[in-house]
Amino acid sequence: MKNKLLVFFSLAASILLFGFAARFSGDTVTRRDVELKIPAGFPKPFYDFKNNTISPAGFILGRKLFYDPILSSDSSTSCQTCHQRVAAFAHIDHALSHGVGGRIGTRNVPALQNLIWQDTYMWDGGVNNLEVQPINPITNPDEMNESLAHVIMKIKRNREYVQLFKRVYRDTVINSERLLKTLAQFTGLMISANSRYDRYIAGRDTFSIQEKNGLQLFRAKCASCHREPLFTDNTYRSNGLKPDTSLNDTGRGKISGAQTDNYKFRVPGLRNIEMTFPYMHDGRFRKLKDVLNHYSVAGHTPTADADLTKIGTLSDKERTDIIAFLLTLTDKEFLYDARFADPGRN
Amino acid sequence: MIKTFSLLTGLILLLSPFNTTAQHSKGMLSIAFKHVVDEQALQLDSAVYKNALGQTFTVSKFKYYISNIQLEKAGGKKIAVPGYFLINEEEEASKQLLLSAIPEGEYISMQFMIGVDSLHNCSGAQSGALDPANGMFWAWNSGYVFLKLEGKAAASASPGKIFEYHIGGYMAPSNCIRTTSLLFAKPLHISKENTGAVTIIVNAAELLRAPVTIDFSALSSVTDFHNAGTIADNYTDMFSIATNEK
Repeated sequence: MKNKLLVFFSLAASILLFGFAARFSGDTVTRRDVELKIPAGFPKPFYDFKNNTISPAGFILGRKLFYDPILSSDSSTSCQTCHQRVAAFAHIDHALSHGVGGRIGTRNVPALQNLIWQDTYMWDGGVNNLEVQPINPITNPDEMNESLAHVIMKIKRNREYVQLFKRVYRDTVINSERLLKTLAQFTGLMISANSRYDRYIAGRDTFSIQEKNGLQLFRAKCASCHREPLFTDNTYRSNGLKPDTSLNDTGRGKISGAQTDNYKFRVPGLRNIEMTFPYMHDGRFRKLKDVLNHYSVAGHTPTADADLTKIGTLSDKERTDIIAFLLTLTDKEFLYDARFADPGRN
Repeated sequence: MIKTFSLLTGLILLLSPFNTTAQHSKGMLSIAFKHVVDEQALQLDSAVYKNALGQTFTVSKFKYYISNIQLEKAGGKKIAVPGYFLINEEEEASKQLLLSAIPEGEYISMQFMIGVDSLHNCSGAQSGALDPANGMFWAWNSGYVFLKLEGKAAASASPGKIFEYHIGGYMAPSNCIRTTSLLFAKPLHISKENTGAVTIIVNAAELLRAPVTIDFSALSSVTDFHNAGTIADNYTDMFSIATNEK
């Protein structure tokens, strides 16, 4: 009798457990996997998921869309073509973005991380909400070269997507709002906050003398723009680079219409910078050494941000120390987080 | 038991008059948009029109957003009607709005926004009239295109002699949100039994004149904040109430 009861209870328990997992988690993603956790010391995010409740099914759908070339006109290019997980979703070793038919864009692919702490998106800040950002790469002729309406048409014809949308929204409506919102559930959860730097700040790791020295130099010379903990102050500035006349990219000025904003670009966050080369808005520098060289020598354009003068001339040792510090921003937990892996390759 | 029953009856009796007035007090308003170019009806591609400079042109696209509708009662009380509407010459159904849940009363005028308020330009992905798949959303500089007028003009310097005016922008450097106020020909009575009806004449020729006369040879393309405010100022007065309204 006791045995029978045991069998009964374990059966009931496993039905409960598996039933629960199947209902509340899609595939391998659980509720806990998609919980939004604000890292200690991080400010309040700009994007708060208030009108876009995260669910395992929503995250799974967003992830599938992110990795699916169905978003492009010739089914050649997905988000991950340019946003590679091992590079914190930047484009390793590519100066400028790529697109359908071998087309080349005009800007370097930014890393995707800690996006919900950005008030605007793109190098020029032209996009005002995380949810509408993907419309740019989808419709840009040099990227995915598609129309939103046509993407929705293809998705509606795809049985697997029809099922996935139904699982998220519990009805049969498929539209661009839902597609874009599930993409935001996936990209919005890309949070990098467990680098050696983070653990050092939390007192859970140690820095070498070189790294400590680098941090000190960084705070004195770089942090007025690259403010901790996100390593950006969310402003647009001219970093003194001579404009590339073949691109003729005026940056922020194109959005604001103010002449004084010409050649200003977003101050990028620096987390995982070890993996996001090449650097700058047009990817002109292949190595961090080149970047520091640019900032520490004279010859900046007249429009260069006044804060650049704080840097002064950096000695070889100072440059090496700063780079040693920058490498502590690599967050292996984020880079190898299985939640963000290509579902087709799991 | 009896107590409960009488209590319930009392409640029902108490509530029912409110119920009926609540149902009685709402009506509907039907609005028809009639697109013209001065004296002529708007006909896409085929009809040839002239601007104030005598330059000939045809129209291939005419669509715009209407939102934040307010109806004003005789005493000055304003009723807000929710909704965002994309009126498109190409789609007959879009030119006929039926607004419901309008409180009963005599209405003397209406106001509305030509375009989309700033909040809804920043609200992320939306659906219905505000679905970015409708082709009225700028991706690179987030925000809705409030109005599109496209066509061909012999005087245009653009390739293919086309002209296109895509007007949008909800903040500096070019806030193109405009509102218009229209007085009804006579007070409009709206009740549960009586659906109000108005016809709004929309004269696309107004885009091209007053305060600034548009010369196709000088300005054939507006697709960002450059000159957008000028065209928006021009079209602010393109709406009028049909005077032959019964």
